[in-house]
Amino acid sequence: MDILNALVLFANFVFVPATAYGAQLALGALGVTLIYGILRFANFAHGELMAFGAMAVILCTWTLQDMGINLGPLPTALLALPVGIFVAAIMALLTDRYVFRFYRLKKSDPIVFSIASVGVMFVMAGLIRVIIGPDDQSFADGARFIITAREFREMTGLREGLAIRQTQVITIVVALLVMALLFWFLQKTRSGKAMRAYSDNEDLALLSGIDPDRVVRIAWIITAVLATIAGTLYGLDKTYKPFIFQQILLPIFASAILGGVGQPVGAILGGFLVAYSEVTLTYAYKKFLAYLGPEGWVPDSLMQFLSTDYKFAVSFIILVAVLLVRPTGIIRGKVI
Amino acid sequence: MNRRGPLYFGVFLLLLLSVGFGQSWNVALGILNLCLISAIMSLGVNIQWGYAGLFNVGVMGFTALGGLAAVLISMPPVKEAWSAGGAGIGLSLLGLLITVLVVVFVRRKTPKVFRFWATLLVILVGMILIRLVYTPAVERIEAINPAFSGYLGGLNLPITLSWVAGGLIAAGAGWLIGRITLGLRADYLAIATLGISEIILAVMKYEEWLTRGVKNVTGLPRPVPYEVDLMASEGFVSLAGGLGAEVDTAASIVVKLCYAALFVFVLATILWLSERALKSPWGRMMRAIRDNRDAASAMGKDVKARHLQVFVLGCAVCGIAGAMLTTLDGQLTPTSYIPMRFTFLIWVMVIIGGSGNNWGAVLGGFVIWFLWIEAEPLGNWFMQTITLFMQDGYWLKDHLIAGAAYTRLILMGAILLLVMRFAPRGLIPER
Amino acid sequence: MSFLDASGMTGGYGSGADIIRDCTITVERGEIAVVVGPNGAGKSTAMKAVFGMLNLREGTVMLDGREITHLPPQERVNLGMGLVPQVRNIFVTMTVQENLEMGAFIRNDDFGDTMAQVFELFPVLKEKRHQPAGELSGGQRQQVAVGRALMTQPKLLMLDEPTAGVSPIVMDELFDRILEVARSGIAILMVEQNARQALEIADRGFVLVNGENRYTDSGRALLANPEVRRSFLGG
Repeated sequence: MDILNALVLFANFVFVPATAYGAQLALGALGVTLIYGILRFANFAHGELMAFGAMAVILCTWTLQDMGINLGPLPTALLALPVGIFVAAIMALLTDRYVFRFYRLKKSDPIVFSIASVGVMFVMAGLIRVIIGPDDQSFADGARFIITAREFREMTGLREGLAIRQTQVITIVVALLVMALLFWFLQKTRSGKAMRAYSDNEDLALLSGIDPDRVVRIAWIITAVLATIAGTLYGLDKTYKPFIFQQILLPIFASAILGGVGQPVGAILGGFLVAYSEVTLTYAYKKFLAYLGPEGWVPDSLMQFLSTDYKFAVSFIILVAVLLVRPTGIIRGKVI
Repeated sequence: MNRRGPLYFGVFLLLLLSVGFGQSWNVALGILNLCLISAIMSLGVNIQWGYAGLFNVGVMGFTALGGLAAVLISMPPVKEAWSAGGAGIGLSLLGLLITVLVVVFVRRKTPKVFRFWATLLVILVGMILIRLVYTPAVERIEAINPAFSGYLGGLNLPITLSWVAGGLIAAGAGWLIGRITLGLRADYLAIATLGISEIILAVMKYEEWLTRGVKNVTGLPRPVPYEVDLMASEGFVSLAGGLGAEVDTAASIVVKLCYAALFVFVLATILWLSERALKSPWGRMMRAIRDNRDAASAMGKDVKARHLQVFVLGCAVCGIAGAMLTTLDGQLTPTSYIPMRFTFLIWVMVIIGGSGNNWGAVLGGFVIWFLWIEAEPLGNWFMQTITLFMQDGYWLKDHLIAGAAYTRLILMGAILLLVMRFAPRGLIPER
Repeated sequence: MSFLDASGMTGGYGSGADIIRDCTITVERGEIAVVVGPNGAGKSTAMKAVFGMLNLREGTVMLDGREITHLPPQERVNLGMGLVPQVRNIFVTMTVQENLEMGAFIRNDDFGDTMAQVFELFPVLKEKRHQPAGELSGGQRQQVAVGRALMTQPKLLMLDEPTAGVSPIVMDELFDRILEVARSGIAILMVEQNARQALEIADRGFVLVNGENRYTDSGRALLANPEVRRSFLGG
């Protein structure tokens, strides 16, 4: 019984939240890795693109809420997603047309692209703060929980409860759906294959008659889709605050590099690995161990490897370990 | 400097004078002091980017380390805290060192298959052992008079010493991170430095025994006189009266001028050294490596070691600037460090000024900081203008005016993008 | 006029010095033409010039009677030119079949027949069609590369040192396959380091020195020419 209690405790505070967080990171890392694979630079504006897309979703959600349109138990934000994606895609295409295309034609160094992305980051950050403001915004509606801790306890008779929030389930389901679609697109469609070919060998792709502008356009659109969904899910699950999307950039980059830059499968793997390490290393195991130990025994300390204040350190340590041990990442990625 | 260089500096001076005459001399000198510090940061980044093409996105972290040095050097030590937890902290640091040594040893001696797991095990065991000493020590320190101290304090030395110490600490951190990430690809360095700066900041925010964390350390000693002392001195009051100025305004202007003099001295020294270095054979070699890494390494240059040198130097300069900034503020506020302001804005300065040109970096620091400050009234004016036709109290009008402060982000981004596109060599190009 | 008639080509990369001078290369349908010469003679450059990857200052390139001197490479692919680069000539992360599909990217019709023909020509590729091309051996990679270029159903196939870095046995086999391709009516232009073997299967040979035509004759005649033998074929 106590082992069960310990497992439920672990699931409630580590496994479920980390899975949802991992799905959000994975979606973010997919966007970063895609731009890396196709345009070959580290896009520092990706966090802002996430914030921008999510902002559009929030504005649309508010409008829908005012009009009394909703999805019943599901969050209205899901209905607003297409609008957000559309707005983010327009933004991404505009930045490509007026910023990155110039350097692409000049065949500039990847670092120049990255510095340009810093400029884009500034502009987008400013726009977001002017439009929606720098503060927390709430836009989640619909049912809060699929199952509450109390219901779970009553159902199972355990002392520990497992609360599953609706946003967590939605995050995971939507993320899996998006990933499945992305892989179907990359593996099975002509355009998807063209993108992989371009990422693999640009010159040969040109020789094969693949239109580079089209590939780049599609890459930005997919990135906008991924970023908007990731940003919205993160906002639904936790909170929407523009500043957070600058902080989340580090774990996202860590995920992409850990998985192997330019490798979609790697980005997903990396996202979940980073999320699980972050949460397991910063969780306090005091109660968990108390269940497993002898009756009546409770560890003195919190039994926490790292204080939650240092969750970014986990991403960083993973990043450094990967750089030292296997710079190409789990799945051999590009080394430019 | 090219022929237009002095012209730009002249224009900047005019702008500053116009602020002095138009707004107030206090504001103008306040801007000038931060311009000087910005210029030093910008020089530090220029040493890395302009001389060697290294993309450091962790400027904030190295600046913050400088701020930490200001506290550690200048604040009086908290004796009770030392006796309560000093030994514990010392032991923990020793434990950390031993763990690192054991990791290095274990990685050398174990077969490759077990290496990863052995390392992990050593780190976990080391961490658990250290925490046994560390946590109680920290608790004891933080329990002592938490409202006023709750930390170890510093060495009670003159705060100007911390400018050197800040440089050294930042250089040490730079050396560590450089050892790991230099020699890998350029964008990995960027992401790694982004990471280290976040960690440095996390330490400063949450290790209260060291920095008081979010409770901030206030009342740092000053290298210049206090306004109240000036106002209390009869000589000063009569001098101010003779000049026909208000005593309190005069006092604060004099204090700012003292700071400015110190900062100008530091900036001039660093600039002079940087220029010497750039023109020396070492500087020529650095640029050769930057322009053609493969050729330089084929000629037997140890590219990685050179990059490490230049990276450490740049970090040190950022650390010095960080210590100066905290000195000027008179307090350490870890939450005030945000990447936009302390990393990316510095990058805008370097790119606008002219990468690879020290005078350019200085000019970039001046101009961009000036714009960063003056963009606020500019943004307000802009928003007021475009909402003129709207009725007072209309939600969009209020909303837009509330957002005016953030137009400066858009302005900075736009300046960066436009300069990169249409004048990629900056205001004062490299020769 | 020949099927491919590139005459008097003079030019270099960007605004640099001329690498080829007054260089002429011609190929007929169903023929194999080989460009040989010492290192740095501008062999690959001449081929790139034919494909439009070079700024020509002088000279014209005609394909099937149509002037294409100023067309970009992509449009030359549409007109029936296929190029197999010397290095990085396959998509290493994609399967063999996907490599061939990418070769047929510009085609909107059903290319199943062409793929079947490629598999017939290189049976080993059919066997490994679901394997990533990067996992294949050097010779098999070259087959993928040639197969990819054939997928556009080119009228002129250009090969840049197809046998570089493969073993002699594999080289013989590759040359056999290239002969087969030529027999199906495709014109083949090939740059080769292994001059003797290449000239043996060549209908026409061009010996380039310092970017200029030195000898032009049938492959057999060049092999028999004592001067060519002495200077370029090692006796």
